[in-house]
Amino acid sequence: MRRAIVFTVAFLLPGLAWSDDRRTGYDDMNADLQALQDDPMNPATFWVLDGERLWSEPAGTTAQSCADCHGSAEDSMQGVAARYPSFDESSGTAVDLLGRIALCQSRHQQTAQPRDRSDPDRLALLAYVTHQSRGLPIMPDEDPRLAPARARGEALFSSRMGQLNLSCAQCHDDNAGGYLAAARIPQAHPTGYPQYRLEWETIGSLDRRLAGCMTGVRADPFAPGSPELVALELFLKSRAAGLTVEALPIRP
Amino acid sequence: MDSRSDSGAGPSGPTGPQTACAGPWWRARFILSGGGALAAVCLLVAAPLNAQGLPDPLTTTPGDPVRGEAIVTDPQHGLCTLCHEGPFPQVPFAGNLGPDLTGVGARRAVPELRQQIVDSRIGNPDTIMPPYYTTDGRERVGARWQGATMLRAQEVEDVVAYLASLTGDMP
Ligand code: HEC
Repeated sequence: MRRAIVFTVAFLLPGLAWSDDRRTGYDDMNADLQALQDDPMNPATFWVLDGERLWSEPAGTTAQSCADCHGSAEDSMQGVAARYPSFDESSGTAVDLLGRIALCQSRHQQTAQPRDRSDPDRLALLAYVTHQSRGLPIMPDEDPRLAPARARGEALFSSRMGQLNLSCAQCHDDNAGGYLAAARIPQAHPTGYPQYRLEWETIGSLDRRLAGCMTGVRADPFAPGSPELVALELFLKSRAAGLTVEALPIRP
Repeated sequence: MDSRSDSGAGPSGPTGPQTACAGPWWRARFILSGGGALAAVCLLVAAPLNAQGLPDPLTTTPGDPVRGEAIVTDPQHGLCTLCHEGPFPQVPFAGNLGPDLTGVGARRAVPELRQQIVDSRIGNPDTIMPPYYTTDGRERVGARWQGATMLRAQEVEDVVAYLASLTGDMP
């Protein structure tokens, strides 16, 4: 069944490389960092534990917890992160997992919205929900209503931008494996977000990572949660279909 | 998002059509063919020959290779060594996305070097090398860099002078 889905996804997205020479950020790390990630008590684990606590804490004016509606996350959230972004019926737009959690907080718990989309509690919940997909293959949502956003993401991936006038594809497709100063250019598979970056000394979402790359080419980054970033994530997830979800990864 | 394009804003480098028949390749061709057919052939190939470069300096002050070396080897300023290795052992980690700059002054004439720095897309539309002295065709440039070129005219001349001096073999 899983194979069939992965096959269909690859088939539905013609032109995408579907080969085994894909490398993840984990593959590109040195043995010390891989060992740090493989350690069950690595720094990212605290965020997962925080999220686990918050999962069953009542919040907002409804005083309901995530668990009140979703039950055990081990069951209800298994595979969810492997499939996101997804389509939100009531807004009629694509939504990423962090956005979905924010929607549950505002619609269902009616919490006051934090100014920062990536507020620490929400990130911890994202970490906990994502953790329920660890080891599963990325299986992009096949909802046809996502196709336009995914196509937009593909176009954005190849759009030159910024003062350096570079597209994502020029580095991550055409020059992956090469060195930008001391840094090996990864293939940019989003196998593990949120992730703990030693550079950040904390965990962060894909939004933050993509903003970093955009600032790197001296472009004006897309806003966190913007349709552009969700579109890019949709495309990146299709490109990474079948690769294993890492939850939570460590990155330099 | 068209408003974010800064096409046409700021100092646009001299990337327009250049006098085509000035490059060294042309001189060789001229000698071989004898001037007769030259004018016609020159017209025919004038457009592609833009790749031959920018013969005219951008400033009246000649480029200073010492300042050029400082720009090239400063990863925050020229950014060159993010992608290029070269005969500059003082740079600890040079990238390898572009060609090694060792001997580039022997491989390339000054007009070509200048064109490559000003706007490398003229020679190769798919280049990954940023355009250093034009704002043409850029999209979504961050506020800090809006309308600004990556280098100033004199800096381009300094860099060109330094690159032209790199005529030695592999270090
Ligand atoms: C009052 C019930 C309720 C509460 C409380 C609630 N949710 Fe939800 N959740 C839903 C419903 C209903 C959906 C389906 C989408 C929708 O209608 O909003 C959903 C969808 C989701 C999804 C997407 C699942 C999928 O398969 O696409 C995630 C993830 C999620 N919730 C996480 C959370 C988290 C984390 C919390 C706590 C912060 C939470 N939810 C609180 C009702 C709730």
